[in-house]
Amino acid sequence: MANEALVTQLIRLADDHLILGHRLSEWCGHAPMLEEDLAMPNIALDLLGQARALYTYAGAVENKGRDEDAIAYNRIEREYTNLLLCERANGDFAHTMLRQLFFSLFMHNFWQAALSSSDETVAAIAGKAVKESDYHVRHTAQWVIRLGDGTEESAERTAQALRQLTPYLKELFEADDIALLCTDEKWLPNPAVLEAAWKDEVTQIFNQAKLLLPDYELGQSGGRQGRHTESMGYLLTELQFMQRSYPNMQW
Amino acid sequence: MKSEPIHFQSTKGESNTPTVVSLEAHKEQQRAWNIAANVLDPEVPAVTVAELGILRSVDIDSLGVVTAKVTPTYSGCPAVLAIEQAVQEALEAHGYTVNIERVLSPAWTTDWISEQGIAKLRAYGIAPPEKTSSNKRALFSEPTVACPKCDSLQTTLISEFGSTACKAHYQCKSCHEPFDYFKCL
Repeated sequence: MANEALVTQLIRLADDHLILGHRLSEWCGHAPMLEEDLAMPNIALDLLGQARALYTYAGAVENKGRDEDAIAYNRIEREYTNLLLCERANGDFAHTMLRQLFFSLFMHNFWQAALSSSDETVAAIAGKAVKESDYHVRHTAQWVIRLGDGTEESAERTAQALRQLTPYLKELFEADDIALLCTDEKWLPNPAVLEAAWKDEVTQIFNQAKLLLPDYELGQSGGRQGRHTESMGYLLTELQFMQRSYPNMQW
Repeated sequence: MKSEPIHFQSTKGESNTPTVVSLEAHKEQQRAWNIAANVLDPEVPAVTVAELGILRSVDIDSLGVVTAKVTPTYSGCPAVLAIEQAVQEALEAHGYTVNIERVLSPAWTTDWISEQGIAKLRAYGIAPPEKTSSNKRALFSEPTVACPKCDSLQTTLISEFGSTACKAHYQCKSCHEPFDYFKCL
């Protein structure tokens, strides 16, 4: 029973990373400048690497013979349990950077807390991921400040991105019974507890970016239960294309 | 592409030298270590996997099976599979039966790059990482990076993310050379 909760929670976390990593990879070849064309796929690779470790471990705990690929590719939309924030279409560059900042800041605090997990594997994954998310926060914070406090156009686009992303923030801190069970066992941190620090850090960055974090209490929810936004189906169509066309294919 | 199974157990406290073994076994273990250690990194072929600190240990069991433990630099480093295969092939070429294990803990740090590795990186045109032990997030602090060509400290960050996950892109303002900087991790 407890193990089931851990598997569920690990897959939720892995889905966040796979789906957001996939979104970021869509920028490859389309970024506004060469440096960003390197940066976004670089961050995407980190997220994908973290997702792989999480899926692999989830498969091992579950012990039903599913490996990372089986979990990542062989599910239907309702079985993906990522945050809605992670599946939102990229929008413009400001939208992508702001979404990434929100997520990376959350994850940095999450991994930091997970370092002291009672589960050695979770602590090991966190040990690598915390260092990587550090770069992600720094990079995206710099961009959000530059864009928010930039030209009239960049400021307007960043403000618009903030309006579009606000409904998806509250879900980051959702903690249902499954999440709390993992917290009780000291396997994974409680997302709800991480909110205050996250809010502080966002506010500090926003002060420099001349942005104001709006009230986000009334947010969209459902990702953790597999209820997705329209964009998820399109994303999966691409993500799963090879496995749907050639089931069980291997490179 | 199927990768090696990921093993998560810590290698903390393990050393490359088994505690009490016969001289013969010790020599054999050293021989296997030397073969694996000389494998070059596929992305930075100036340095070996041992110098980079990504080859963690090489052991031989009583049946003669060699177990080499490799750790990735970054979670998503695409070179890790190539590195594992190269280590495996090098050992197999010397007749060993090989088992590769990927270990995540303790997490790799640039502090594990040897002095020799650092000198080789610089000679290859890559600025070596600063030593780091603290993992505090300093949001906008940038390290002072010396140009690997002319040693000038007048350098500027071009891109936090470079040609591989482990590098950033810099340019020297003195000699104008663009160069890679091996990021601190």
